[in-house]
Amino acid sequence: MNNVILNVSDLKTYFFTRRGVVKAVDGVQFELKRGECLCLVGESGCGKTVTALSILRLFDSPPGKIVDGHIKFNSVDLTKCSLAQMRQIRGKDIAVVFQEAQSALNPVLTIGDQITEQIKLHLPLEHNQIKARAISLLSDMGIPSPESVMSYYPYQLSGGMKQRVLIAMSLSCDPQILIADEPTTAVDVTIKAQILDIFRELKTKRQMSTIFITHDLAVVAEIGDRAAVMYGGKDVETAPVSEIISVPKHPYTVGLINCLPDTTKSAGRLTSIPGTTPNPIEMPEGCTFHPRCPKVMKICSQKEPLKTKISDSHSVSCHLYK
Amino acid sequence: MKREVNHKLLQIVDLKKYFPVTAGIFSRHVGDIKAVDGVTFNIGPGEIVGLVGESGCGKSTLGRTILRLEEPTGGKILYRGTDVTGLDKKGLRELRRKIQLIFQDPDASLDPRMTVGDSICEPLVIHNIGNEKERPRRVAELMEQVGLDFGQANLYPHEFSGGQKQRIGIARALAMNPKLIIADEPVSALDVSIQAQILNLMMDIQENLRLAYLFIAHDLSVIRHMAHRVAIMYLGKIVELADKNELFENPLHPYTEALLSAVPSFKPKDKYRILLHGDVPSPLNPPTGCHFHPRCHRVLPICNQVEPNLIDQAEGHFVSCHLYKQSTIP
Repeated sequence: MNNVILNVSDLKTYFFTRRGVVKAVDGVQFELKRGECLCLVGESGCGKTVTALSILRLFDSPPGKIVDGHIKFNSVDLTKCSLAQMRQIRGKDIAVVFQEAQSALNPVLTIGDQITEQIKLHLPLEHNQIKARAISLLSDMGIPSPESVMSYYPYQLSGGMKQRVLIAMSLSCDPQILIADEPTTAVDVTIKAQILDIFRELKTKRQMSTIFITHDLAVVAEIGDRAAVMYGGKDVETAPVSEIISVPKHPYTVGLINCLPDTTKSAGRLTSIPGTTPNPIEMPEGCTFHPRCPKVMKICSQKEPLKTKISDSHSVSCHLYK
Repeated sequence: MKREVNHKLLQIVDLKKYFPVTAGIFSRHVGDIKAVDGVTFNIGPGEIVGLVGESGCGKSTLGRTILRLEEPTGGKILYRGTDVTGLDKKGLRELRRKIQLIFQDPDASLDPRMTVGDSICEPLVIHNIGNEKERPRRVAELMEQVGLDFGQANLYPHEFSGGQKQRIGIARALAMNPKLIIADEPVSALDVSIQAQILNLMMDIQENLRLAYLFIAHDLSVIRHMAHRVAIMYLGKIVELADKNELFENPLHPYTEALLSAVPSFKPKDKYRILLHGDVPSPLNPPTGCHFHPRCHRVLPICNQVEPNLIDQAEGHFVSCHLYKQSTIP
């Protein structure tokens, strides 16, 4: 049996705007194995969200367009699917949990309406079965008195509860892949710990294959199996999480780790990465990171580095490694 | 006694800020949201006090009340020994020169129709400092201090990145030569690589100008990096206050313990985690006794009946919890 459930190769998603072509995703490559949690890590504007949206083709088109690359889900190429086929896959085979629970929920529909909507759409169940399924999903997520929550409107729930509702909703049709886009970003640390616990449980109990998008490397260390670090629309380093954290190779990954303040110690200045993330319309020539890189060489501004395998599981795109 | 007063830059004594809740067509007063409910602490000159808590715990309201952007319901705020709560308009204007605020969202705190040079200059104009010739020089100096180029003074906020906008916010706060800066989540809207730049900048400024900060944040690792002393807030009250190292290495309050253990870390495997259940209760109807008792993992029978006082347990390590000895004098 093939162990790879999703294979993204050389994906390029561009947005054709009046001010120029935004190369949001510019040659991303990764594979997701069954039961694995893959983290896409990067700062805002690095293309991690657009990568996720491209998998389900959830961006506006136009201006957005997948100009190149393949997304193989099992044996289907998602880039070649018709809209009708995509509609079958979205929510049923591949589900998404969005970042802002507040704006992802419809404020004028009850939680029950929203959670049953996609069950009705995808599964051949009776009315009362659908309701029972929704209630059991909510209680699985640790929501107290799920029967009454079904008739609540989103404003009646706290941020953490809304995030749980979204996760319950995404799991409602037993998806094969779950894409979570920064589900822990807008919540408090105690709630963050609760949400991470849910994802940990999904992995152990349901063997869920998850793409977890985050900017927080500490979160990656907590739940990820493998991580792909993204910068300027490209994945610059991919490796098992333990390796990313203990022996990072790409100067950007090294910078990201060093610039985090640490709760276990406090000392002097933080090593920051100089400069800011590049403008996606005018990406730097060569390696997109070279203007901010502490180890920049002459070749970096001229030639784009190719992906180099350091070991079977660790690859990096940087001229330092050949 | 007088010496003690002068030694402290800012003293906050039993500060309260209640927001009334009304109902019905006659706007009947049905209750209060006790956003800040009896907070007492000091900030010394050149000291960084970190204020941590989850959203809704009242930490931003506390910061705003110190500047009297919110009228306090009760208690005292002493700036260099003078009570701020009784100040008139003129006195307030003077106070707001000495205490400045840096906001969380640099996007929302800058006027999009003003060039950043004008924005930085605005406080100088309002307070009538310098003349037409001197002000641009001061603006250039301020911009340089925060790592911006004076050549960018004629640009508008949208032409800057988030980190640069936060630098502009800092330059603006520095324009008045303040003694105390209240920084309300100054880095939580920024990317990690930019966050490090801003934290370094704020530390440099603090060292060079000997400023005091009240640094409000929910991120404990940021607080550990910046603060000298740390106060932990829960539902309008300070539950623990101690020197940074003492607090992080020897937390006494169960809430602090839980907060520290909840922080994601690079070495998750060898860590004991206390998972808090439920959410922060509504401040409109807080639990009786200790507000934290419904979520506490070390709850005692007394906790839902008697509210604990904030008591010094060991050389400036204050905690408000029934697990530790209580005295009758708060």
